Amino acid sequence: MSLETMTIFSPQLAARLDALVAKYPVKRSALIPMLLYAQDEIGYLSDTVIAEVAERIGISELDVRNVATYYSMLRFKPAGKYNVQVCTNISCMLRGAYDVYERFQEELGVGHKGVTPDGFFSLEEVECIGACCWAPAIQVNYDFHDELTPGHVPGILAQYRSKADNEGKVPHA
Amino acid sequence: MADVTFTVDGKKLTAPAGTLLIEACRKVGIEIPAFCYYPGLSLQAACRMCVVRQEKVPKLQTACTTAVAEGQVFITDSPEITQARKATIELLLGNHPLDCPVCDAGGECELQDMTFKYGAGESLYVEAKQHREEQQWSPAVFFDRPRCILCYRCIRMCGEGMDVWALGVHNRGVSSIITPNGGDHLDCEQCGMCIDVCPVGALTSGSYRYKTRPWEMNHVSTVCTHCADGCKVTLGVRQSNDGSEIVRADNRDKSGINGDFLCAKGRFGFDFVENPERLTKPLVRNTAGKLEPATWEHALRFAAGKLREIRDNKGGSSIGVIGSNQTTNEENYLLQKFARTVLVTNNIDHERSADYTAFARAIAGHEAKSASLRETATAPAILLIGGNPTEEHPLLAWNLRTNVRLNHARLYIANAKTIKLERQAKAVQGLPPNGYKDLTALLDRNDTDFSKAVLAEESLLIVFGQEYRGEQIEALVAWGLKRGNVRFAFLSDYSNSRGAADMGLLPDLLPGYVPVTTPGAFATEYPGLPTTPGKTQPEFFTAAAKGELGALLVVGANPVAKLGVDPVALKNTFVVVQDLFLTETAALADVVFPAASLYEKTGTVTNTFGDVQLAKKAADRAGVKPDFEILVRLAGSMGVDVKTLVPFGAGNVTADLGQSRGAQSGEADRHAVWLAANGLEPKLSPFDPLAVLDEIERLVPAYKLDRLNLFGGNDAPVEPGLVSGFVPVSVLTGTQDDLVVPAHDGLFTSGTLGRYSPALKELARHQAPALAEAAAD
Repeated sequence: MSLETMTIFSPQLAARLDALVAKYPVKRSALIPMLLYAQDEIGYLSDTVIAEVAERIGISELDVRNVATYYSMLRFKPAGKYNVQVCTNISCMLRGAYDVYERFQEELGVGHKGVTPDGFFSLEEVECIGACCWAPAIQVNYDFHDELTPGHVPGILAQYRSKADNEGKVPHA
Repeated sequence: MADVTFTVDGKKLTAPAGTLLIEACRKVGIEIPAFCYYPGLSLQAACRMCVVRQEKVPKLQTACTTAVAEGQVFITDSPEITQARKATIELLLGNHPLDCPVCDAGGECELQDMTFKYGAGESLYVEAKQHREEQQWSPAVFFDRPRCILCYRCIRMCGEGMDVWALGVHNRGVSSIITPNGGDHLDCEQCGMCIDVCPVGALTSGSYRYKTRPWEMNHVSTVCTHCADGCKVTLGVRQSNDGSEIVRADNRDKSGINGDFLCAKGRFGFDFVENPERLTKPLVRNTAGKLEPATWEHALRFAAGKLREIRDNKGGSSIGVIGSNQTTNEENYLLQKFARTVLVTNNIDHERSADYTAFARAIAGHEAKSASLRETATAPAILLIGGNPTEEHPLLAWNLRTNVRLNHARLYIANAKTIKLERQAKAVQGLPPNGYKDLTALLDRNDTDFSKAVLAEESLLIVFGQEYRGEQIEALVAWGLKRGNVRFAFLSDYSNSRGAADMGLLPDLLPGYVPVTTPGAFATEYPGLPTTPGKTQPEFFTAAAKGELGALLVVGANPVAKLGVDPVALKNTFVVVQDLFLTETAALADVVFPAASLYEKTGTVTNTFGDVQLAKKAADRAGVKPDFEILVRLAGSMGVDVKTLVPFGAGNVTADLGQSRGAQSGEADRHAVWLAANGLEPKLSPFDPLAVLDEIERLVPAYKLDRLNLFGGNDAPVEPGLVSGFVPVSVLTGTQDDLVVPAHDGLFTSGTLGRYSPALKELARHQAPALAEAAAD
């Protein structure tokens, strides 16, 4: 198939992936960045994403899955529009990360890897996100929020709801 | 590389530098345990069982990845190492189910053996085991996830060994799981190699699982009956109500030309033996025109009487004989001798799947130019012309892949189609404009990358397919002989296609391709041999249609289906068939004898490379007889002195009947091998095929075999280049290459036999969507 006409990605991403494949001495070196960018655009690694990435690199879909399933940051089911990732590794844990995590669970009504029914938020307990100095920390998509207490949680969630409101896309739950 | 000296457990060892420690130790009998290490595959260092202590190195080292160097000192056995291995096993057993009493691998499980050796009877782990249901990935492969110890052997075997890459590993850490390429099923060549290399019972075979325990089987090493590669196969057999049945096929003793390799046909395609449609009683057509069961005595007497009557009244030239591609050399030899001396006719033929006659003529007089299958795994440069080894010669494909992977052999492929082996090829050439016959001219022009690379090779092994016939073969062989340092191999279809041609199942040629017109040929053994060439297989049926064929004897062949013969053509012909099943041909017969399969008899077969191997009786089926015995009995019933046919109990052979045999039984076994090797076994029975092997050796010098090797279970190559090996058949005009009809059986088909193998049919069904897709591409 011609990738130009058959791609499931935006023209910008398709161009970016084209460049990535050509960048390394061995094509499959581009696999992980390609998966990450594809996940950012599509939201998760769907079967069609995996098929297209495999096709672009010239490896089997099994090869792509072998690699992708190894990494916890790559996912195979849609996450919420805002993916709340709560670090519970040692520094964060000592400074109350589990209290924060529990508060998120209560507010959102979902557990680890859960997605709210409106598809707006998802929650994840993750390994260290490199913000130990400001523990406890969380990451929402690519934004950091640090030195948190459970009391910060409703505010953070409201912030993202209103952000969506301003964009006029997703209604209140 | 230069040898280095190092010390293991206080012993000074010497090995080439760079040898893996685990291999160097195994060579001298120091066993280092390992789950993930597998000879010939890439290194994994995943299981930590092979840890050893190396002097001056702070941590334990894995012997499977340590290359030996000068002056190193290792300890492979100490309390520290035992403890490390025990701890590894304890971790492996953490979630490994203890279902050994029902597990297929129980009794031949490497994890069991290691636990037995190192202990780990108690564990600090108290967590409940995570159970997962077994999964069926294909008709051939089942997966029991909790038993898996993640050694990655299957993944590497499938990828590197088979070049299929159908298995992968998903997730990581304790969640890691072996995953098939189809998500929940396997889309692959179904070779079953993954099951073979699995050190535990995680991968099990659809045909063997939960059937028996390994120690309840007898293991018989014989030769596969399917394709022309002739793999050694170890059949696991067990007593059954009507004989003994085959329950498993593998080659885990790594013996023979195939080492540990077997394909789907060899591994799963033995079940035709147990097919309920199998004939177990002779059938005779009654006055009402129906085939009905009869006793052997009646059927033999009836068939012999009719054959004799037709021979005496209408002459031998009114009788046709068709032989098989899957019976043994001795049976083929006996059949043509029976035709020529008892029926007094040269009307004998078989389904020719390659033009061996032309190959024999081309190579005659050029010694050491015919290649054994073993050489395909070692030759530095191979030119593969035509053929499709991956589908039709799986062992050849395996050898070529292995040779390229491990020895950096250079593979050159010239083929009209795109074949899978091109992935291993150094250079590829499509079909020249005028077909294969222009290939040598194209090479000689030396103006393409392909021809330059091929011509630059110092030595060359040329493997060519059935596309080559007659003059083309002679031209190719002549081209190679001119170059020097070239050896040849010719591909065909069935387990003994080569043997059928070598043994003279041809109307114009005696065994060893001696023309029947040769004055005085075989005069002693073949008194009264007719000297005019007989009719060919298609001519039999033309004659039958004209009412000129009085009788037709068919052994292990199905010409009616293969040639599309109109049944009406045979209505005035007396037809005798020896076969396993009521084939289209057998259904038209007047007498049908139930024959034993290759797995139920002894004899030699010759693979397409000319490697002769001994097939040993493994299974048994009440009611059937080997074709050899049927022919001898038929001849006997016709009033022939069978001693003229089978030289058993020959006068001047001094038999050692055991006088010099040692007291121990083991010694007796060795003694038997020695006797066999020296041609001194008594051969007291006319049904002993090896009595005929003596005569074959005498009449066909190319079959002067290394008997010690042969009876030891190895392959003994024939030497067709011997000046007197096969007689040059230059006297022949016209090569009759139009009679050569390759069958091109693939991974899951095997001529008529394949139709009676439920396992192969199921595998073909499973892979049908993928095959259809590949064909559409």
